[in-house]
Amino acid sequence: MSVSNQTLTSVVLQTHALHKQFGGITATDRITFALEKGARHALIGPNGAGKTTFVNLLTGVLKPTSGSVTLNGETITGLSREARVRLGLVRTFQINQLFASMTPLEMIAAVTSERLGLGRSVLGKLDAHAALVAETADILACFRLEDIMDDTIRTLPYGKQRQVEIAAAFAAKPSVLLLDEPAAGVPEAERRELLDTVAALPADVSVLLIEHDMDIVFRFATRITVLVNGQVLADGEPDVIARDPAVRAAYLGEAVHG
Amino acid sequence: MALLTILIDGVAYGMVLFVLACGLSVTLGLMNFVNLAHGAFAMAGGYVTVVLMQRFGVPFLWTLPAAFLATAAAGWVMERTLYRPMYAKSHLDQVMFSSGLVFMSVAAMKYVMGSQQQIIQLPGWLLGRFELFGISVGRYRLFVIMICGALALGLSWVFARTLFGARLRAAVDDARVARGLGIPVGLLFAVTFAAGSGLAGLGGALGVELLGLDPTFPLKFMIYFLIVVTVGGTSTISGPFFAAMLLGVADVAGKYLIPQAGSFIIYALMVLLLALRPDGLFAKAKT
Amino acid sequence: MSAPDLAAGTLAVRVRASLVLSRRWHPAEALFWLFAVAAALLFPRQLLLMNEIAILALFALSLDLILGYAGIVSLGHAAFLGMGAYAAGLVALHVAADPLLGLVIGMAASGILGLITSPLVLKGNDLTRLMVTLGVGLLMLELANALSFITGGADGLQGITMGKLFGQFEFDLFGRTAYAYSLGVLFVLFMVARRIVHSPFGLSLRAIRDNPLRATASGVPRNWRLAAVYTLSAAYAGAAGALLAQTTQFVSLDVLDFHRSADVMLVLIIGGAGYLYGGLIGAIAFKFLQDFISIFTPQYWQFWIGLFLVLFVLGGREIIHGGIKAILVRLPFLTSGKRP
Repeated sequence: MSVSNQTLTSVVLQTHALHKQFGGITATDRITFALEKGARHALIGPNGAGKTTFVNLLTGVLKPTSGSVTLNGETITGLSREARVRLGLVRTFQINQLFASMTPLEMIAAVTSERLGLGRSVLGKLDAHAALVAETADILACFRLEDIMDDTIRTLPYGKQRQVEIAAAFAAKPSVLLLDEPAAGVPEAERRELLDTVAALPADVSVLLIEHDMDIVFRFATRITVLVNGQVLADGEPDVIARDPAVRAAYLGEAVHG
Repeated sequence: MALLTILIDGVAYGMVLFVLACGLSVTLGLMNFVNLAHGAFAMAGGYVTVVLMQRFGVPFLWTLPAAFLATAAAGWVMERTLYRPMYAKSHLDQVMFSSGLVFMSVAAMKYVMGSQQQIIQLPGWLLGRFELFGISVGRYRLFVIMICGALALGLSWVFARTLFGARLRAAVDDARVARGLGIPVGLLFAVTFAAGSGLAGLGGALGVELLGLDPTFPLKFMIYFLIVVTVGGTSTISGPFFAAMLLGVADVAGKYLIPQAGSFIIYALMVLLLALRPDGLFAKAKT
Repeated sequence: MSAPDLAAGTLAVRVRASLVLSRRWHPAEALFWLFAVAAALLFPRQLLLMNEIAILALFALSLDLILGYAGIVSLGHAAFLGMGAYAAGLVALHVAADPLLGLVIGMAASGILGLITSPLVLKGNDLTRLMVTLGVGLLMLELANALSFITGGADGLQGITMGKLFGQFEFDLFGRTAYAYSLGVLFVLFMVARRIVHSPFGLSLRAIRDNPLRATASGVPRNWRLAAVYTLSAAYAGAAGALLAQTTQFVSLDVLDFHRSADVMLVLIIGGAGYLYGGLIGAIAFKFLQDFISIFTPQYWQFWIGLFLVLFVLGGREIIHGGIKAILVRLPFLTSGKRP
């Protein structure tokens, strides 16, 4: 599928014919995709379309069978997960991946300390770094975690844990943020808070949102890519996608069979 | 020619190791349980044979199914009582727990049977050697190869062709999903554990002549079982089979050709294999 | 300052306070070390036993660094104990009898061994790591046996005589110097370890232990950090081995035996991993348990240890640790108010 004309300088994350094969199954079928700077881009598709596989390929959790991934013009296909994070490519997980025995404060501090390059400080004191303390406090305040900052994460309610999940991604100060179903599993009552936070993201952070919930997608996204069977079915602005008969067929088809 | 005899010896040894270890492999893959006490069941089987032959004059061949049934029964009881609460615990806890069971069984056996090596008198037709295509083959070894080979084929068949095997494989792959499909996973665990323990007991009985038997058997041979399971993987029957063959031949050959090296070769081989293939030689390739 | 700034400032203060609190000394710790020193005066005839406990405690501390803080399960930690012991013993025999020299070289030798073998524990699951570490431990034992012209084989290194500690204190028969030496080394290394686990590096280790996927997704270079802590742990175990060689003035193959690896694992299980004092408390408990059992049944103590293990894991641990926590909660001054 073609991507609409953009000058290369405004594209931050790009894939060229990215392909992933698991034995006989093609999970990602030569996808060429571009994420613009400051994007509010949503990736949607029926179950099993390969959205999470795609994100795993972007972040380095999976190695592609062929094709490449580029970040700010630099090829990152061979880079480790942690190297990509250091370049500003950060993701959240569909199912919370947290440091269960830590407190939100410690978890945010851990991510922040890594970002500040303090991780190699073997004999240093965490509290002695003013930048670490200040940034941790900022993130905790931003995500309204101050009241529970000393509670063990494992004991927190799911919605709060989800806040921590997103907060920790923020603490890495991403330039490109991949949100994998941020509202998944969050009770209706706590969704508002979560989505407000996502909406309040700085304009220069480029966001790729993977979502099932169409309300969230249409409220948030300025651009939508539809993935079906590992291929890009459609790519464009929300109202265009909403009217696209092929997209409706893909979803309706799934509803009939599913 | 001596080399071919070594090969036959190694194959026989490997076959017994396979029978001993395959139960461990399946329970590890199925229940994700590190059971270091597996060797204790093997030891029990060996002692069943010894006691039946020495105290009750039971012919050797009859002691084999007896060893299987006795240890299978013991395995069933223990799974239902002691092992159940341990499934959810960490691997470290399971290691500690099963180690404790090993210590208890070793000490108990020492107390009841004494610490000496047990010797059995094999029936006449299993003694001695004969010439097969110019190679000197021990009768007992050939017997062991045939029995264990048949068992391996039988297990393969059960695994691949029966409903039980299909359910077992499903549960090994994903117990939660299997339960959701209506597969009685709890019962499966119990039956498999019992069968695995029974096989260990049978292996122990067959091994009295080849591997020796004394109360320290579980401690001496546990590392071998673990090697078979780690190198062979837990998702197939053929994986542990080939691993056991490799180990059996390598150990016998190594000890014959370079006796000073002792078990060095085996350990080095294992470390090397695990370094190259951390998930076992035959594991499904991870992405 | 505007209201939001003030609030932010206050929060930063609270954040800093929280971070300080988690690394601050608890009064219970001071009591522990005071008691360890006082014990030398209170039980002058048990100094040799106390020396053994201190060495075992250091060994367990080294295992805690990888097990409790990085989540690496090892059944072959004796490899590093043995490396340190043989290195220190050989230094005393062939180079110089100064204890501190032997200690440093023992730690270095074990550290290098740890660094070399660290790639093996980086991949695979728990079982793989168990087997690989077990394999390395067994390999070291076979190697030491085979290289008997260096190690003395089954007879061990004979004729080690240690020089005076700091040129002043001779190693006496009662173990006074030995205990002071071992306790001193334990204390210093413990303080360093304490500093490390509360550092940014230590925090990243806990992240790796809790959730390796999230850790790497947060930019933590998992393999380098694990290799580093594994090397450190090996060096600490080497220190314990060196102390063992120097205070008993003997090294044999027993120092590489599997039971050493199993015992230290048991010590850490008893005391609890992940808070640094577990190895120390566990060492004391284990030695007492061993002594207690062997008084009653010297031949079959293995049975009772086994029974203890089974009951401990089945529920005993929860009862014992729960009971201790219940007591500590009632004595908040010991833990400076923080939840244990």
